[in-house]
Amino acid sequence: MRIILNIIIKEFLQLKRDPKLFGVIFIAPILQLILLGYAATMDVNTIHFSILDRDKTTTSRQFIEKFTKSGYFTEEANVNNYKEAENLIDKGKTILTLVIPKDFEKDINRKLTAKVQAIFDGSNGNETSIAAGYVQGIVASYSNKLLLDVQNKSEKKIQNLSTINPEIRIWYNPELKTRKFMVPSILGLLLMVITIILMSMAVVKEREIGTLEQVIVTPIKPIQLIIGKLVPFIIVGFIDIILVLSVMVFWFDIGIRGDFFFLLFSSLLFVLSTLGLGLLISTISKTQQQAMMVAQFAVMMPMIYLSGFTFPIENMPQIIQYITYLIPLRYFITILRSVILKGTGFVELLPQVGMLFFLGVVILTASILNFRKRLN
Amino acid sequence: MLSIEVNSLSKKFGKFLAVDNVSFNVNKGEVFGFLGANGAGKSTTIRMLCGILEPTSGDAKVGGFSVMNEPDKVKQKIGYMSQKFSLYNDLTVEENINFYGGVYGLFGEKLNERKKWVLKISDLKGKENLITASLPGGIKQRLALGTAVIHNPAIVFLDEPTSGVDPIARRQFWELINDISDRGTTVLVTTHYLEEAEFCNNIILINAGKLIAHGTPATLKKDYLKNKIIEIECDDPVSAMNILSKEPFVDDTSIFGNNIHLSVNEIYNSKTQISDSIKTNNKINIKRIDPIVPTLEDVFIHLLEKGK
Repeated sequence: MRIILNIIIKEFLQLKRDPKLFGVIFIAPILQLILLGYAATMDVNTIHFSILDRDKTTTSRQFIEKFTKSGYFTEEANVNNYKEAENLIDKGKTILTLVIPKDFEKDINRKLTAKVQAIFDGSNGNETSIAAGYVQGIVASYSNKLLLDVQNKSEKKIQNLSTINPEIRIWYNPELKTRKFMVPSILGLLLMVITIILMSMAVVKEREIGTLEQVIVTPIKPIQLIIGKLVPFIIVGFIDIILVLSVMVFWFDIGIRGDFFFLLFSSLLFVLSTLGLGLLISTISKTQQQAMMVAQFAVMMPMIYLSGFTFPIENMPQIIQYITYLIPLRYFITILRSVILKGTGFVELLPQVGMLFFLGVVILTASILNFRKRLN
Repeated sequence: MLSIEVNSLSKKFGKFLAVDNVSFNVNKGEVFGFLGANGAGKSTTIRMLCGILEPTSGDAKVGGFSVMNEPDKVKQKIGYMSQKFSLYNDLTVEENINFYGGVYGLFGEKLNERKKWVLKISDLKGKENLITASLPGGIKQRLALGTAVIHNPAIVFLDEPTSGVDPIARRQFWELINDISDRGTTVLVTTHYLEEAEFCNNIILINAGKLIAHGTPATLKKDYLKNKIIEIECDDPVSAMNILSKEPFVDDTSIFGNNIHLSVNEIYNSKTQISDSIKTNNKINIKRIDPIVPTLEDVFIHLLEKGK
């Protein structure tokens, strides 16, 4: 026990001596969360568009106004022909051109179907489909308004048509802000990056400078050495979680609806597998650089892509969905989102907690066995 | 009394035989020199004796315990200073001592007592809070030795402890080795500085994994080198050596600085043989021809040449 404590003290002393590393561990996560919290948003708020108005009437201007005043659309230019509109799209200045044909007003007044054309830049599919949704919404509400106007003006009352009007209520994130959805998962990401990188440096660094050999001729048992190395990083991980959670609560104003201690408990389970992976990387690598590359490209990048952080897992091909079952980050992100946004408790999340625990124990045990084997 | 008994120890890495059936004994309290070129198998042997590398075959008893069956008990008995620098550069002197002391189970009063001793032998009293990286090489080396024997082990292994250290620091380091051995600790030291080997009580030489010589420095010179050694000082030693190496009375030639060492056999009878031979090339000017007491280096060059 005293021997383990001795190693832990040594690790913290070394951490203290390395101001750069200190910054990476405690300052970088806070800055990253703030930065990513603002950057990682898929909300489409400003759609730059151009207008090709061939009608040039009061009605067409009224119609355009519906767009510019909606708060989502920014008019970049009034163009005179398709060529100019295309040019703006090619330059990336706009993603949409709204074409109002001649006789727009006339058709409306004649009670005919008036047509407008919306040309989109489909290269960013996600943004485009959201923008197209907005366009449809605005057009629909404008047609409704026309209908009502006709109704009000006409002498004889038009019979009421029965319609179904859905009243949509969105729970947990009423404004559908992506930030609310992203920030809790970024927390998981940061915890993963810090713990994997720190741990993957831990053993290989000592091997490189030669102290590992010196330590293994001492009567220290491999398990004591590993615990002595793991505990400091678990502590560092917890300090980071608390720092990052504070930023989330006090800076982004995203409260934790669920149980704070349950969140910490699941973080501990998650850290078992990230530290296990870090230890594995550190054991098989010959140099710190190699460890860094393996950590980034072979471990962290696939973890991020397959965790549901960037792409929804439900949309992945079945075979890839099966692979995601092995990604600890997947379960941790689900837990983070559920506990923070929905206030979900332990019972509902038991499958995720169970998987995190299972993966953590398996990965860590395998890494420890591998480490002991390599030492001999 | 034997401190280390090595019995037919071998180590194979794949198909490469790094240590080939090596046997030797080390007495308690002696300074035992372990010599050989780089890659001869010295470090591999030492690492097997420390219990951190499992032998392919054979066994060794270190401090009475088998490295094959009881490596953990071996580790309690020994201290080890590796070829690579073994202290934490980013820790202070005292933090390094505390760490290694703690690793060997030294705490409290016992640790303080040993800490004082380590600081004394490394001349670092009052400098406990210096960062280790800032220490001069010789001092670092002594501190590393101090931490390696902080737990007063029965045996200490030093793997190339003086490589990269200046000559004065090397001499001080050897004084320290002698002090440690005087207190009854067995010291097994590898080196490729042959003048250092003269300080050892017993020496073994290994080449390509095989043990090729064993004995005290004096007996090695007597037993393995029957030939006389003649030292020649002249202008162009390389050309002179080329001429002499063809003479039937010469067995080996080697260059030591500006001098040539000749190992001569029974056909040799006087200096004139040598001067006559060199004079066949009239450009070479001979300054001196003297018989000398052979150094260990002469012995080893002779042994290694013979081994080829």
